[in-house]
Amino acid sequence: MQTNSSKTQRKLSYAKALVEATDICMERDPKVIMFGLGVNDPKRIFGTVGNLPEKYGKDRIFDVPLSENALTGIAVGAATMGYRAILTHQRLDFALLSLDQIINNAAKWHYMFAGQWKCPIVIRMIIGRGWGQGPQHSQSLQAIFAHIPGLKVVMPATPADAKGLFIASVEDSNPVIFLEHRWLHYLEGEVPDGYYSLPLGKSQISLEGNSVTLVASSYMVYESYRAAEALKKIGISAEVINLQTVSPLDLETIIKSVKKTGHLVVADTGHASFGVPAEIISRVTENCFSALKSAPVRIACPDYPAPTTFALAKHYYPRSSDIAEAVLKILGESNGFEITNNLKNIEQSLRPDVPDLKFTGPF
Amino acid sequence: MIRVREFEETVATRYSEQEMRCPVHLSVGQEAPPSGLCEALAEKDQIFSHHRSHGHYVAKGGSLKKLISEFYGKATGCTRGVGGSMHAMDVDAGIIACTPIVGGIMPVAVGSAMAHKYDGNGIVTAVFLGDATLEEGVVHESFNFASLKKLPIIFFCENNFFSVYTHLRDRQPDRPLVDLAAAHKMDVYSVDGNDAVEVFRVSQLACESIRKGNGPVFIEAITYRWREHCGPNYDNDIGYRTEEEFQEWKKKCPVEKLTKQLLLEDKDAEEKIKKIHTKIRKEIEDAFQFALESPFPAKEELFKNLYAN
Ligand SMILES: Cc1ncc(C[n+]2csc(CCOP(=O)(O)OP(=O)(O)O)c2C)c(N)n1
Repeated sequence: MQTNSSKTQRKLSYAKALVEATDICMERDPKVIMFGLGVNDPKRIFGTVGNLPEKYGKDRIFDVPLSENALTGIAVGAATMGYRAILTHQRLDFALLSLDQIINNAAKWHYMFAGQWKCPIVIRMIIGRGWGQGPQHSQSLQAIFAHIPGLKVVMPATPADAKGLFIASVEDSNPVIFLEHRWLHYLEGEVPDGYYSLPLGKSQISLEGNSVTLVASSYMVYESYRAAEALKKIGISAEVINLQTVSPLDLETIIKSVKKTGHLVVADTGHASFGVPAEIISRVTENCFSALKSAPVRIACPDYPAPTTFALAKHYYPRSSDIAEAVLKILGESNGFEITNNLKNIEQSLRPDVPDLKFTGPF
Repeated sequence: MIRVREFEETVATRYSEQEMRCPVHLSVGQEAPPSGLCEALAEKDQIFSHHRSHGHYVAKGGSLKKLISEFYGKATGCTRGVGGSMHAMDVDAGIIACTPIVGGIMPVAVGSAMAHKYDGNGIVTAVFLGDATLEEGVVHESFNFASLKKLPIIFFCENNFFSVYTHLRDRQPDRPLVDLAAAHKMDVYSVDGNDAVEVFRVSQLACESIRKGNGPVFIEAITYRWREHCGPNYDNDIGYRTEEEFQEWKKKCPVEKLTKQLLLEDKDAEEKIKKIHTKIRKEIEDAFQFALESPFPAKEELFKNLYAN
């Protein structure tokens, strides 16, 4: 595995970073194929496929019938015979039709045949949010996949993550669930040129600090970052860990940070109960209970389906002010009103159902 | 017919105000299938549908006020704002449920039809599906079961040739869609889905057969969606179909076709249709007004209804 951060960087959107990553994978390995509903249609999966269908032709990149479960099994079959299949879903919710193939076949393929078959497939799923996506088009179910042994679950936050983790996912010999938050596709950031991969199962410290550890993945990295920036103003230095891979979990990085800060807040795009934060907090308490100076907190969506109307959605999704509030509370900091109020004001000035394009993240 | 057309066109026009903050899958061009079918259904009969359900909802007599309020995310909407445009319902009008996971509603409709058969209440269930829905496994499992149990259900397939931007020819081998249902041993019909009278006639035959206890019927109505898959615009310029193809279909406008048919039979038809137009426009205008004046749901609504009591 090659990680090379000294490469030339240039600004790229998350969507374009995915195009580039896919291109590199297909160029390097003729056995990489990609299919999914709409891969070659005019919208190109929200701009994440680019002109690759023209470049690689219909055998390697193809549109498909509306048959999620069968297509997943087809990916498993092709992978068994030495191909590397990338399967795309425009919403995670549609991929739920293929849970049978994902959980019963793909995840267990290597194990249940005693290591004689491999299943190198990447299943891209997009997590929707906003503009009335509602209960069946915006589920963030990483916890379900992370619960299944044999699957790897990746949730890139930045354009550079998207590229590096995607290449690593395609090169991995196991089924990888690659979760893209819809709002991140627009985001721009520095992305290394050329071949660039980030190891699966490793998290990254995206902001160093020593007062509190904020662990987040995907879109919540930005909310955490915004909270951290605001907290700086009253001398609280938060360490932000960008999970990158949800499963297998990089416990080492998290524990090291918690040992330094003594406080932990975990932010996630899923529902609160039985989720990724619950797992992280549980692992931390099992492994370094004595390092904790306060009870860890999770920030997540309520244990309710996502409502459609923005009148309710605005109360549904946790934001940076919730993270900041949690930090202030566990640190026993009483003069942070202004911080959370400022954040709330920013949040209220945005329509709650469209991405905040002003905040593109400093990394 | 006219109500569906006017309704969808008004939504298209007002969508750009950005206050209907949810996806809309319009059925302009596809008015005849639901209108013909729902004319044949009795008031107590029930329908289930999918993401493109407004036409079905309006044709079955659903409340315009409730649906438009739903688009605006208001507390007066069909699902109090929780479901949005893709989860239309109006129980009073027999519109039981619509859901946008393609194929997901099919077995639910079949189960509901089974319940009605047990209850012996004579209710006919109709479930709408698109051509692409036939590609999902659950559809075939539903066909099989409904046929096996001779359930009182119409599988009503609107073949508009597209799954978002992907043409039928790129998704299925060249064979009649009706063969898929026929293989499950049920009566099948394929009709010109831009001819409301034809759709009505065939739907009536289906209802009669079902009411006699002969089991499910599959109807394919061949039609065309005029506007983009999701949203208010035309998109013949983005490359997945041609302007010429669209114009060919536009010539077969189902509303004009019905108007012409009526004119042949009734010399006063034009005057009558005009009156209908005026009445419907007012009705739609009132419904929009109602929606705009309605309140948004309060925060507490978020935390309701997770479990039934
Ligand atoms: C299981 C699933 N996969 C994919 C989608 C995305 N999607 C929404 S509508 C649609 C096309 C459905 O085509 P069809 O059933 O023919 O109905 P039409 O849109 O033409 O009315 C697709 C693929 C979905 N909603 N559900």
